[in-house]
Amino acid sequence: MFCDRCGRSAAEGDHSACAAARELEPPRFCPDCRRRMKVQVVPAGWTATCVEHGVRRS
Amino acid sequence: MPEILDRARAQVLADGAGLDEAGILAVLRLADEDLPELLQLAHDVRMKWCGPEVEVEGIVSLKTGGCPEDCHFCSQSGLFTSPVRSVWLDIPSLVEAARQTAATGASEFCIVAAVRGPDARLMAQMREGVKAIREAVDIQVAASLGMLTQEQVDELVAMGVHRYNHNLETCRSFFPNVVTTHSWEERWGTLTMVRESGMEVCCGGILGLGESVEQRAEFAAQLAELDPHEVPLNFLNPRPGTPLGDRPVVEGKDALRAIAAFRLAMPRTILRYAGGREITLGDLGTRDGLLGGINAVIVGNYLTTLGRPATADLELLQELKMPVKALSATL
Repeated sequence: MFCDRCGRSAAEGDHSACAAARELEPPRFCPDCRRRMKVQVVPAGWTATCVEHGVRRS
Repeated sequence: MPEILDRARAQVLADGAGLDEAGILAVLRLADEDLPELLQLAHDVRMKWCGPEVEVEGIVSLKTGGCPEDCHFCSQSGLFTSPVRSVWLDIPSLVEAARQTAATGASEFCIVAAVRGPDARLMAQMREGVKAIREAVDIQVAASLGMLTQEQVDELVAMGVHRYNHNLETCRSFFPNVVTTHSWEERWGTLTMVRESGMEVCCGGILGLGESVEQRAEFAAQLAELDPHEVPLNFLNPRPGTPLGDRPVVEGKDALRAIAAFRLAMPRTILRYAGGREITLGDLGTRDGLLGGINAVIVGNYLTTLGRPATADLELLQELKMPVKALSATL
């Protein structure tokens, strides 16, 4: 599994800053494969699409 | 009381004449202990020359990422190692975003694209998107598509776009430190065409890019010279992978001083809270700014980052007894 903000391994290092930042950011990396996702932010939400693992929504 | 506040009270509050660059700088240099009085004066100026209404707006990115320009604060530049990927919003989703924005009571919906200027594909998307929104949603449509040609200005007017955003971002003297792929003067040229077309001019910038206090005053004075209908005020939200990704956020009191200073420079303009206020000011600071010169907000999310829930801002406005400007009041 990977950090969906920085794309590094979720099990290695401290991701508390990423978690804090994620409160005001959508995910950018797929947590399953760390591919960069196509992210669309709209006023009331967001969608993030991984070519391999599909769409995630707010 | 500091002399500059006496002067501002007589000149700006009483007569509606904005401070000059030296006056703005004096405001930006006021001590922390003078901040409450400064904010109260800026609020009084806003109430006298703009009224209690707050203009609410939603924004959406029609074309995200892959921009050829190198604005050093922007995660959408294709020249940096930002994680933001290029993506286009489809028309049904654009209309739905406008509908959700209108449901908050907003009177403005701004369509934004990360481009140097629009190409034929983007203008075609705009034609289709603006038409679809105007047919389905009761809201004013604004646009922000970078630098324009005269033909594109004319076409946006014909589409019914009533306001055009093109930020100068920072003062003329600091701009080359922030953008090297085009000039401040090129942006000014687009703004001149927009003004002459009859569209409302929306032009602001970002504080915290590394500019000095003097340059912050220079920027406010240059905006006052432009005299835009609206000034969106952003605070840098340092984005990973951009050249400014490691810069510190603006200190809250400096942000509030700047809000008040911009209000005293432009007593009649719509001064809008835009990106970065959540990390710079938090909930308490957001309230202080609304009581210190701000009279417009972007509600909900931004282009690539998230904002406070629209309900949080709307509840705050209700608590402050600041009515949301109705659509009919903007027509």
